[in-house]
Formats: sequence, C-alpha cells, structure tokens
Amino acid sequence: MATLKELAKKEERLTGGHRLCAGCGIPPIVRLILRSTDCPVVATSATGCLEVGTTIYPYTSWNIPWIHSAFENAAATISGIETAYRSLKKQGKIPDRDVKFIAFGGDGGTYDIGLQALSGALERGHNFLYVCYDNGAYMNTGIQRSSATPLFSNTTTSPAGTVIEGKQQWRKDLTRIVVAHNVPYAAQASPHNWSDLSKKAEKALNTNGPTFLNVMSPCPLGWYTKSEDSIKWAKLSVDTCYWPLYEVENGVLRVTYKPKEKKPLAEWLKPQGRFKHLFKPENKNLLDAFQERVDAEWARLLELDGKRV
Amino acid sequence: MAIATKGQTGLTGNTAVAYAMKQINPDVFPAYPITPSTAIVEDFAGFVADGAVTSELITVESEHSAMSACIGASAAGARVMTATSAQGLALMWEMLYIASGMRLPIVIANVNRALSAPINIHCDHSDSMGARDSGWIQLYSETVQEAYDNMFMAMRIAEDTNVLLPAMVCFDGFITSHAIENITLVEDADAREFIGQYKPGHSLLNVDNPATYGAMTLQDTYITFKHQQSQAIARAKGVAASVGAEFGKKFGRAYGLFEGYRLEDAEEVIVILNSAAGTTKVAVDELRKQGKKAGVLRPRLFRPFPFEEIAKALSGAKAIACLDRVDSMSGFGGPLFNEVRSALYELDKRPKVMSRIYGLGGRDYKVKDALEVYAELEKTAASGKVETLQKYITL
Repeated sequence: MATLKELAKKEERLTGGHRLCAGCGIPPIVRLILRSTDCPVVATSATGCLEVGTTIYPYTSWNIPWIHSAFENAAATISGIETAYRSLKKQGKIPDRDVKFIAFGGDGGTYDIGLQALSGALERGHNFLYVCYDNGAYMNTGIQRSSATPLFSNTTTSPAGTVIEGKQQWRKDLTRIVVAHNVPYAAQASPHNWSDLSKKAEKALNTNGPTFLNVMSPCPLGWYTKSEDSIKWAKLSVDTCYWPLYEVENGVLRVTYKPKEKKPLAEWLKPQGRFKHLFKPENKNLLDAFQERVDAEWARLLELDGKRV
Repeated sequence: MAIATKGQTGLTGNTAVAYAMKQINPDVFPAYPITPSTAIVEDFAGFVADGAVTSELITVESEHSAMSACIGASAAGARVMTATSAQGLALMWEMLYIASGMRLPIVIANVNRALSAPINIHCDHSDSMGARDSGWIQLYSETVQEAYDNMFMAMRIAEDTNVLLPAMVCFDGFITSHAIENITLVEDADAREFIGQYKPGHSLLNVDNPATYGAMTLQDTYITFKHQQSQAIARAKGVAASVGAEFGKKFGRAYGLFEGYRLEDAEEVIVILNSAAGTTKVAVDELRKQGKKAGVLRPRLFRPFPFEEIAKALSGAKAIACLDRVDSMSGFGGPLFNEVRSALYELDKRPKVMSRIYGLGGRDYKVKDALEVYAELEKTAASGKVETLQKYITL
C-alpha cells in the first residue's frame, strides 16, 4: 500500500482539463483507483457524467485506452475487451503482459439500466473491476431519481410536492446483490477516505475474477450543496452510517471503518438541499423513520462483521 | 464431418454457416441462443469445447450484451462473429448503430425470422429489414451454399480497409437454416487464405499508444463522422463486387451484387430476396416453356443498395413486381419495392412497378403464387397500366 505522497507522484491517468463540475466526486475517485495499480489499464465507461465530461471530441482526458459505447452495457463491453485480451494473448497475437480492465458506471448505469449486463459479467467470471460511482440520481440528465436515490430525496422525477414527500422507496442495496453473485471481492468506499478506497482498489485489481467497488460520489448539483464541501459530505455519509465502508472478501464480510461516534443522520441530510423538506416540523416523523432505517441497516451490517455471508 | 474435395456434403443452413465460422476461427464469439439461429451458437460452442477453434466463447445474458461484447472485443483488435434472429437482432438495434458508427468489422449471421407481435418463430425479413438503415452491410442468401459462401465474403468486405464496417449475412429461418442441402465446402487452408489475417489498424489493447474510442461529438463534428461512414458504405459496393468475383475465381462460384435469372430479355420480372427466389425460378421456367418472357432479379447486396446496377438490369422490363417478405407499415409497400422503384426513377423509360407482400411469419409461397403475380405482370405489360399498385398475396 502506497503512501499518499507516493500515490500523488504516480502518472496521472485521468488528466485535468475535463469538464466535470467543481466539487464532483467522480474525478478523485477515478484518479485514485487508476493509481492503485502499476499495470496498464484498459477502461470503459457507461454513458454518463464521466463519459460526457472527459471526452468531448477532439479532446480526451484519458491517458489510458478507453471506450464508451452505450449506457446499459459497460459490463458487457468490458467482457468483450477482456475476452479479446485472453484470446489474443493465448494465440500469441499480442505481447504476454498483465493488463487490468475496469468498467466505470454511475448509479443509473449500474443499479438500473446496466444491472443485467453487470450480473451477466459477474456470473461469467471475467477478470475485471466494476466501479460504480454512486451520486444517488441521474445527475447527467438533470437529477432524476434512480434506484440508488436515498429515501425522501427531492429529485426532478421524485419531487417533494405538496402530497408526496420526495422519493418513497429505500435505495436498492446493490453491493449485496453483487455479493450474492459470489464474486471474490466487493466493497463500498468513499473518496474522503483515500487510504481505504485505495487499499480496496488495489485488492480488487490484484484479485483474479470479477470484483466490484461501490463508491459514494458527492454531487453538488444534485445534492444542492457547495462545491468546496463535497468531501466533507462524503465523510458525513459514512460517519452517520448511511454509507458504511465494508468489504466482502471470498465471502467474508468485514466492516472497514466504524465511526467512534455515530453521528445523527440529520447532520448529513440538513446541509443538502435535496432533503430540505424533511426539516419542516410536520415532517419530523419522516426524518425519524429515515434514522430508524439507517440504524437497522447498520446494526444488520455489524451483526455480519467478520462472518461468512 | 469429412470434407469431400470433389463431392458434396449434406448440411443444414445453420450447420454450414457454423462450419464457415469454424473455418474463419474468429478470436471472440459472443453467443446467445434464439430460434431459428440457435444451432449456430450450439455448433460453435461444440467447436470451442473440442478445441477445434482457438476462439473464446462469451455466453452472454442477452443479445444486447452479445453485440456490446462484440463491440468491446472488436475495438480490442479481435476478429469477432456471432449469430442471431428476430427479437435478438431487435434487441441489438441500439448497438448495431454503434458498431457501424465505430467502424468495427463484426460479422453476424442473421437467420431471418418474423418480429413480434404476434410472436412467431418462422421466416420473414422484418428483422434484418428493421436494421437496414443501421449502417451494416447486408448480404442475402438464397441457398445453404450461398449462406456458407457469404460468410467468407462478408468477412472480406467488412475488413477491407476501404470499408471497415460490420456486415450481416441473412438467410431464411427454417427454410434455409433447417433444410439439408448438398453443398461444396471450401478447404480450411483455402478459406484461411481467402479471408487472410486480420490486422486491425487500432486496438484498445495497444496500451503503449492509448486511444479514446467513442468520444462525445457535438454539432461541430458528428456530421463529419457520419459523412465518412456514408462514403465507406458506398465504397462497399465495389468491394463486394470484386470480392464476389475473386471468390468465383478461387472456388468456382462467382457472385455478383444481384442474381439475374433469365433476366436478359425478360419483360415481366419479379424482384425477390432469399429462398423464395428459388420458387420463383421454377415458375419462370414454366412460363418460358410457354414462350413468355418472365425473369427474376434477386438482390444479394441490399446494403449498400446497388441502385444503378439494378436499374440498368431492369431497364428492359415492361412490368415488375417487388415481392417483400416484410411490410414497412408505411402504407406504401415493402423496402424492396421502395428501393427498386426509386432506383428506376432515373431511367428515361420506366417499367411499371408494383408491390406485393408475401409469406409473412413463414406463410408458404408456392409456384402458383409466383405464377399469379406473373399473370398480373403480363396484363400490365400489355396494357401499360398497373391495376393494383400494392397488395398482400399468400393470404
């Protein structure tokens, strides 16, 4: 495991000058993950902020081979690339060197439209890492709810109206779904904890078989927060236990970070404009219900800590 | 299966096409089963399991992922093939445009089957005709032999550096895919020599020279890419003609952009694709015995559409019926009718043209159906008038 200083000295594989928003969680996540291996990396991205923001022709921010083809198929695309690599290497048509394969997708491209392709690729056992940057909505198209959107969140397709208070459903637990595919490594991470994220990426990339990282990705645009505060809110999503950091390695679950003092959920929700309506006095019951659910999920996870799942 | 160099081998369309794929030995083969093309992916999985090919099989979870994996693998510099039909091709639709837009020379066998609804597993051309504007080269095949031969030609045309576009070989579900025909196989070494080694100009696996594929283009560049793609598919026509001629020289079976059957002096002509052309030829032979000037034009290359060549070949006809095994649901006939009629517009003296939709969802098309169309054509040829511009037959 490299120190932050050593990591910072490594070659930049996603360069600056891209058009992602100030305060977006995606670039630090991608840059850190790409630095977690010294091997050559070939990457693909699902349609979304990362793709649009880094490759407006004739410019590209990618210093590694990269492809985008569509929205729902990042896992299928990387399957084709990784299989081509195995086939061509086996036949001696390309040099025999270790290459890593990474697919990046947002929560829309992963939890929703890309779930089938992801499931197929995990089941087939391709040697690749899938990274989901989860900012909790379809941010690229203007903040529409996805199945990763937090409960009660105000989005443009789950607006906080006069009779319905934002999104009515609990978010899909994608990491558990991935774990149910019996992959050798899956983890949740957050960019504020660079060493945890970097360790997990390194582990995933050194694992033979399909691996998965689900990374909390702050979005000032969709969260209605200040750009300079993104990493702070990423940290608070973890300290309130809304977004627990854990990994499942060869079937054994381990919580990789337990906050010394579990913060009240409201501390994370209150600064975010998407939850503004929850702080009306008449909505206290909603806030309480949200807190209860977070507590229950955290307790469930602690129960599983150190166990085979 | 032994290859008889002089004799013939009895194979179904699917088995023959799978065998061509084995001889081509692609690097990657994403596979997803769908009737009536399933036997192709089954046979290929067998070749992989037995080590008869060096290909890697990807048993994807949908046709959308099949084409996505084809695109990933092709962009990574691999020679890639797959097979599908009907709903499978429809599910690939989004990715078909991406494969051609990214100029990836993927080859698929499309075993023609009707699109739902109502669900039907039998032959018509609604699947491949639904993809006719997707930027893929389309070759149609009358027989098992032609479907087999087309696989090699499709690979050559697609990979030609003046083209670099994906290609689909179409042949009729069940009628051709499941019927056994005696065909002549090409020797493995000859097949390899004909298609040559695939040397991709670019590859995602060229990690020392990283490139970005599938970048976002805006108003300033999108049209330029599409213009280049349009020029490339136009060039595919000449390439298809020379590849068909070269195939003939090498293997004794020459193929043009279309086949004319007793067409030279024909006054009444049916234009028709795939297996039904065979039935129509039987009708032509009967009519010729009666001294009638009937003929058939069977397009082989439908995309790009050889409009000049077809117009020239039909310039001497008096009355033409375009028989489509698909309805464009435009209220104005099928795709073959529209393309042929449009191609004839440039002629000084235009033949009369009518549209007939036949055989949807596997409905039989018999010699008597063809004879009825020729009888109508004869009337039109004599009167110079089209009585019924468009209608369904074989109802």
